[in-house]
Amino acid sequence: MSEHHKTMTFTLIVWRQKGPNDPGKFETYTANNITEHHSFLEMLDCVNEDLIKSGREPIVFDHDCREGICGMCSQVINGMPHGGEKRTTVCQLHMRTFKDGDTIYVEPWRARAFPVIKDLVVDRSALDKVVQAGAYISCHTGGVPDGNAILVPKGAADEAMDAAECIGCGACVAGCPNGAAMLFTGAKVSQYAVIPQGRAEASRRVKSLVTAMQECNFGNCSNHYECQASCPKGIDVKFIARMNREFIKAQFA
Amino acid sequence: MILDGKCPTGPIQQTWDKHRFDLKLVNPSNKRKYNIIVVGTGLAGGAAAASLGELGYNVQAFCYQDSPRRAHSIAAQGGINAAKNYPNDGDSIYRLFYDTIKGGDFRAREADVWRLAQVSNNIIDQCVAQGVPFARDYAGYLDNRSFGGAQVSRTFYARGQTGQQLLLGAYSALSRQIKLGTVKMYERREMLDLVVVDGVARGITVRNLITGKLESYAADAVCLATGGYVNVFYLSTNAMGCSVTAIWKAHRKGAYLANPCYTQIHPTCIPQAGEYQSKLTLMSESLRNDGRCWVPKNKADLNKHPNDIPEEDRDYYLERKYPSFGNLAPRDIASRAAKEQCDDGRGVGPGGRGVYLDFASAIKRVGEDTIRERYGNLFEMYEKITAEDGYKRPMRMYPAPHYSMGGLWVDYNLMSNIPGLFVLGEANFSVHGANRLGASALMQGLADGYFVIPYTIGGYLAGVKPGQVTSEHPEFRKSEEDVKNSVNRLFDIKGKKTVFEFMRELGGLMWENCGMARSKESLEINLKRIPELREEFWKNVKVSGTGSELNQQLENAGRTADFFEFAELLCRDAHHRNESCGGHFRVEYQDAGEAQRDDVNFAYAAAWEFKGTGKEPELHKEPLKFENVHLAVRSYK
Repeated sequence: MSEHHKTMTFTLIVWRQKGPNDPGKFETYTANNITEHHSFLEMLDCVNEDLIKSGREPIVFDHDCREGICGMCSQVINGMPHGGEKRTTVCQLHMRTFKDGDTIYVEPWRARAFPVIKDLVVDRSALDKVVQAGAYISCHTGGVPDGNAILVPKGAADEAMDAAECIGCGACVAGCPNGAAMLFTGAKVSQYAVIPQGRAEASRRVKSLVTAMQECNFGNCSNHYECQASCPKGIDVKFIARMNREFIKAQFA
Repeated sequence: MILDGKCPTGPIQQTWDKHRFDLKLVNPSNKRKYNIIVVGTGLAGGAAAASLGELGYNVQAFCYQDSPRRAHSIAAQGGINAAKNYPNDGDSIYRLFYDTIKGGDFRAREADVWRLAQVSNNIIDQCVAQGVPFARDYAGYLDNRSFGGAQVSRTFYARGQTGQQLLLGAYSALSRQIKLGTVKMYERREMLDLVVVDGVARGITVRNLITGKLESYAADAVCLATGGYVNVFYLSTNAMGCSVTAIWKAHRKGAYLANPCYTQIHPTCIPQAGEYQSKLTLMSESLRNDGRCWVPKNKADLNKHPNDIPEEDRDYYLERKYPSFGNLAPRDIASRAAKEQCDDGRGVGPGGRGVYLDFASAIKRVGEDTIRERYGNLFEMYEKITAEDGYKRPMRMYPAPHYSMGGLWVDYNLMSNIPGLFVLGEANFSVHGANRLGASALMQGLADGYFVIPYTIGGYLAGVKPGQVTSEHPEFRKSEEDVKNSVNRLFDIKGKKTVFEFMRELGGLMWENCGMARSKESLEINLKRIPELREEFWKNVKVSGTGSELNQQLENAGRTADFFEFAELLCRDAHHRNESCGGHFRVEYQDAGEAQRDDVNFAYAAAWEFKGTGKEPELHKEPLKFENVHLAVRSYK
């Protein structure tokens, strides 16, 4: 099935850490016979196959859907979360964006709120805790009105969708010099604040989410916009501004 | 044995309402005394855990990912069906019911499908209330698009990320219950055994994927919502972690597995680029609203740039073969048609395994901006993977394994033949027959989770004393011991071949001999080769590291071992079913390329009972009765 492709070779400098209490260190590996059609994770698969065959421990990394939507993959490549290609997760990053012979650094997300579990795998449960604090509309299953009984203007629906595209990968936190989750949380606040169904709880929601964010050891925003640059879904920093507005409004509600 | 699905009788329109009334109830203050385990947190599992927790039950939910939000339902793109008839184009519950039965090639139960069509409307209402950002028109009303196998527009969507938005809706409902303390969430846990005590499902054993510790949990009922098994083909549109393991473990403990040979091959996926490839990426069926499938009429044109091939030299094969449904023919039919063109030597791209999906005429008709608004993210995804611009030249597509219609056998209450074991969503076999229509998987997952299991599990629990068996029962220790032994057995092999090498080989056999076309001979090759390869696996697989740490090799090895056993059953089922129906196409049974059913001999669900590895399973049949939709040759011409 495969055509003959020109192959490339890369030097990988990869963060290896046995567990949360291990100090960890960089190790150097070679990735051979890589084509332009390999995704970054398929390239790592090939390196791992070589490691396994030569009796060494494969590199552990999070991944699942490999089509850019589950938010599981989470590697910092050459200093940029997901490798820095616009609107691209690591699993969708292809090796054609690198040059034959390149040296590539691969690290885990680094943030106070995301402790390393092993190698490139980190614990992102703090993001779930923020959601649990109130990133929802408290409706019950059943007993709701007809879908068309709640009119949502197209502009509002589109803006909610822009915010809701977040895949919860945590790149915004990894990219932020302060390890803040303002973009993530701002997107959740905004998604519900702009549609009529979400207004009833808007004040309660924003206060509760901001508190949870602080309790989870996320940092604060100092307007670097690295979060937006890192986001594989292009979530806009305007949602942070909206969260701030909602937060101030909530103080008087 | 003849199986009974315990479907309600009487006029089909009243079956679900009557059944709901007949089901016993659990008193609100008694609900908290019952523990329920839900495995899997996709649309079915997430919705079920949230709804059951809200009702007052104690729920323990499990997923293998690091967060319940990552289940593979998230990858569904196009939409979700409902019989709202908002566009006033003639839709009704009856029509959705009819289309689903027909689309499934008359191999699903009428009562289950009716219920699905009936609650489809509640799902849309529920999701809107949760704040799911469905597409709207300028007046603020919900928008619809069309999907395959239907002549009405009944599909609701949120750009090209409908599955994501519906899953995040269920995840937010689940998160609310976690906060309220009604659901306890266990992430990064993989179910490795079902605990059955005196013939009743009482709990599960899981491996903590971070620490490697084996943990067992007891409950009054266990719900499996663990998705499908098409990763048995190795390359599929499923996520890397999707496996047959949970349902296979339940099957080994006595749960019947029904119709495993009904697998869906999705017509529009990005063709494979190389041997190293880890998965195939689907491009939503919604693209066929505006995209037209074609291949060159003449082999001489195969190497030309597609835009240089004039209109009269293109074969729009779906429009030619199925004029009334055209490019929106159902998936099984569209896939086979694509394969037919490629087998005829007119496939495009590497290896001649591809067809064009062309948007040029739609762009001419409505403009590039409109197309971008409808499918922008899909075009972006296509470009990332192929480095080609779908607006400028037609996309290349080829069918790929996508969905499993088969699964654990369940009755009308979604309960398997093991009392206390319920199965939801893709993991069960119930509503899609031999072929699933587009935008119906999301509908089924949420129907089962929000609107079926909350009622039917009550009917079971009302007759059960809570907390009869705890995890102190010796059967739980035995289960942990068994799992520990099978884990150790993998480490002890110390062979030479990697897990991926075995999985690629198994997947190759399955795709070659049990894929889009199957024959008695090809299946017999597999029935001989799979046990040999399985034996080699148990002698020569290499799994390093230890069991007491995060070990992805071990996870993959365990899943592969289960696929080896399951693959044989899938082929056996395909071999026994001497007919073609839906996604199961036996080359011996066809009428010029169209599937030829045998309703006299095969109008039944085939439920297989495990008798031991490598031993012949026992076949149980559940006859299918069609009282509302008349059995007919499916025609989309």
